[in-house]
Amino acid sequence: MEKEIKNTTPIAPDVYQPMGLNDEEYSKIVEMLGRHPTYTEVGMFAVMWSEHCGYKYSRPILKYFKKYKEAIEGEGLENAGIIDIGDGLGICMKMESHNHPSAVEPFQGAATGVGGILRDIFTMGARPIANLNSLRFGNLDDAHNRYLFEHVVEGISHYGNCVGVPTIAGEVYFDDSYSGNPLLNAMAIGILKTDEVATAGANGVGNPVMIVGSATGKDGIHGATFASVELGPDSESKRPNVQMGDPFQEKLLIEATLEALKTGYITGIQDMGAAGITCSTTEMSAKGNTGMSVNIRKTPLREADLTPYEIMLSESQERMLAVVEKGHEDEVAAVFKKWGLQAVVIGEVTADEIVRIYDNDELVACVKGKDLADNAPTYYLDTKEPDYISKVQNYDLSKLPEPNDYNKVFLKLIGDISIASKEWVYDQYDHMVQTNTTILPGSDCAMLRVRETTKGIAVTTDCNSRYVYLNPYKGAKIAVAEAARNISCSGATPMGVTDCLNFGNPEKPEAFWQFEQAVKGLAEECEAFNSPVVSGNVSFYNETPEGTIYPTPTIGMMGLLDDVDKRMTSEFKAKGDKIALISGVSKDANDYDALDGSEYIKAEFDLAVGNTPHYDTKEELNVQACIRELIDKRLIKSAHDLSEGGLAIALAECCINGKLGATFNIDTERPVSNTLFNEAQSRILISYDDRNVGEIKNICNKYSIDFISDGQVSSDEKVSISVNNKAVIDADLNEITDLYKNTIGKIMKY
Amino acid sequence: MKFGVVIFPGSNCDQDSFFCIKDVIKEQVDYIWHQDTDVKGYDCIILPGGFSYGDYLRTGAVARFSPVMQSIIDYAKDGGHLIGICNGFQILCEAHLLPGVLTANDKLKFICKYVNLKVENDTSDWTNLYKKGDVLNIPVAHHSGNFFAETDVIKELEDNNQILFKYCDAFGNVTEEANINGSVNNIAGIINKAGNVAGMMPHPERAVEDLLCSTDGINVFKSLVERMN
Repeated sequence: MEKEIKNTTPIAPDVYQPMGLNDEEYSKIVEMLGRHPTYTEVGMFAVMWSEHCGYKYSRPILKYFKKYKEAIEGEGLENAGIIDIGDGLGICMKMESHNHPSAVEPFQGAATGVGGILRDIFTMGARPIANLNSLRFGNLDDAHNRYLFEHVVEGISHYGNCVGVPTIAGEVYFDDSYSGNPLLNAMAIGILKTDEVATAGANGVGNPVMIVGSATGKDGIHGATFASVELGPDSESKRPNVQMGDPFQEKLLIEATLEALKTGYITGIQDMGAAGITCSTTEMSAKGNTGMSVNIRKTPLREADLTPYEIMLSESQERMLAVVEKGHEDEVAAVFKKWGLQAVVIGEVTADEIVRIYDNDELVACVKGKDLADNAPTYYLDTKEPDYISKVQNYDLSKLPEPNDYNKVFLKLIGDISIASKEWVYDQYDHMVQTNTTILPGSDCAMLRVRETTKGIAVTTDCNSRYVYLNPYKGAKIAVAEAARNISCSGATPMGVTDCLNFGNPEKPEAFWQFEQAVKGLAEECEAFNSPVVSGNVSFYNETPEGTIYPTPTIGMMGLLDDVDKRMTSEFKAKGDKIALISGVSKDANDYDALDGSEYIKAEFDLAVGNTPHYDTKEELNVQACIRELIDKRLIKSAHDLSEGGLAIALAECCINGKLGATFNIDTERPVSNTLFNEAQSRILISYDDRNVGEIKNICNKYSIDFISDGQVSSDEKVSISVNNKAVIDADLNEITDLYKNTIGKIMKY
Repeated sequence: MKFGVVIFPGSNCDQDSFFCIKDVIKEQVDYIWHQDTDVKGYDCIILPGGFSYGDYLRTGAVARFSPVMQSIIDYAKDGGHLIGICNGFQILCEAHLLPGVLTANDKLKFICKYVNLKVENDTSDWTNLYKKGDVLNIPVAHHSGNFFAETDVIKELEDNNQILFKYCDAFGNVTEEANINGSVNNIAGIINKAGNVAGMMPHPERAVEDLLCSTDGINVFKSLVERMN
């Protein structure tokens, strides 16, 4: 058989340009190959060098992340990072966007987002134990946004429930900036034995290469390319670029893969997501410093007449590529067969680092794996601070009028769809299957017990993108801080982060400035919290003709609690318990109760202005260390961090979820709205038995934390807040419960 | 006592049921593969929740024809104890081991949450450790849990005391509001006339440890163990 391709003719610009390659990149391909590429090859380069697969724009910036830098300069990136939790166990986690597919085909876009991220986990040899997701939509007064919201949730529900992996946490925000460009960031978590990690390298010359799982069809061709352009009026026509998911096949693939890995005969395995067989063959070769010779005609196909180009670029779901120890193909195939799946040898590992793709006898592609996988061109794009930044940051909030009815504002915020309970969403997700979920959705974070240990794993996703819009650097820091605070409020210690960086078109200097600033803030804060970024994903081009989304660096964080019996939840537990606000915020800071970026300013004045709320890393570290110690010593009964809506909303949430009333007084000389609704970070609302007050105060002192206690849990079904002992909020518990729990359901007519 | 938990392709509560029996009930338990045809030696077989065969066509409709089901049907007809939970209940209805059908929830959405169940029968092999009228807190997780049967069948179920649980409010009132999925008469779980076959949509195996927020489901299994001993 041919070993080299000769006599190729130039590919016309009107062929490669729509695939996403520019003239310069095409010339680089010709230079690398020493000839013109074939049609199949040019398609392979186009997807692998797309921003989605090749990170050609984001790579220089991502080097702010320590682990990423080490990996890029060292052994390379694995599919998902691993965090050691002791007892010989590791947690791997990853988050990935499926924004554009969800924008044009919300059900399948969301479903395959979940499927894709799960494969990243079990391809490591880890059993998936949880799904999370972070969702953003435009406002629900628009019918199309309601359609997207309903079907994205349904897609996640359909796929996640069927594969039997609980969807235990996440977040949903609504803002006009996401209208027409929703965000779906799917995250998955897996557990494995640290000495049984599967690798993604193609090792052992002569070892057979097997394709396992579903047959290959025409769906999803150029999905990765589609993800790397802005959405426009013709995006609807890209619906065929969206893949179709089959969670039943995925469930079988999970069980079969984990069982097959136990045979010990699989030397390397990788899932097929973006760029399908192209990505898996070239990346596995690149990682193994080997080559591959593959006859793609042996691939099980859904229809016989697929061209080599289509087979190489198909993003059909629920497939894996495995390299198997020679002579043991049958044992491995038998496991897949037992689960009703195909496992077919399509080629073998070769020594010369070149991936050769044959269509029976015809050589259709002959490329160096590393050229596609590692040597994508890297661009250093221009950055420019957007004009809006100084405008919003210099906005004078003091000229906004003080409301005359705080109760009314309070009710408005409780029923604000970004604040209101997301029960309508998570009730559609099976969040209990696998029977490990010990903190259910609705608290600050969710928690899983780890079987055969005493441990608990806390997980959350967080990002207030309005803060990031107003100040990308500080807003990103707050996203990390809030995630960590949510983890700490359960008693767990933050351990690691995965991120999903959703931004606009990087070729626009303003968008790229936001990206760089946010990544910088994020990287610094992850180091401060001793929670390295172990994996992540970048999603650019989140723009429609109407505008750019808020920059949204979603944080997925995991923490560890050594004794799961000490886990803490947010709701009030018993009447008569005392309530205190513990705060790391220094009153010396002039912005300590500023309303910048708050939900209150948004809801009341429809403004996204100011800087971020008050935030200081040291204060945050202190308050989190303090709350963890209070929980560890079993001194408190509940802990809920303050976030959107400030003190007033935090108190209401503790009451609603605990089905108990409360009174709370705060003394201040500052405006009442600032006191009730400011979103300064580093504050936590706790409840406790009065017997423990001395010890609690001592611990707060130790960490320089303010202990502000003037309230108690009651059974009278009233939520009352007073300022300087004058009642400013007095609400009926049943009324706010109905608003909080049913607002979204009523809008969605459920 | 020896339990068997069937694994169909697409089952996803098989391990939960297995751990429940092994670690909490502390009885012997094995998995049964869907292509096995020998189910001798078991004192109780559990058809677990999940999406057997992807639940394509209709929930439980394909599983009913799997090799293991032919043996299980004989096993049940010989009086063997058999419980179907969630998807297992759907399979039992499809296999005509229990009357009625489970159709899509009336609101056409998947529902996962803790619900209140009223104990209707406290003498069956599956519920004798409860008291009639007890209100249990046990979660559901299904898209098709809307129990339907013709009026005469329902009457027979009521008359023969074949209804184990009904959806109710926190105070034990069987109300329309508490009927989460539209089931006739709020029916959440039933037994066959002989009492050896049970089916229920709620997941008792998810409510057997304090860590899981409720232990109200434990007596479904303990009742049987007690009775068998």
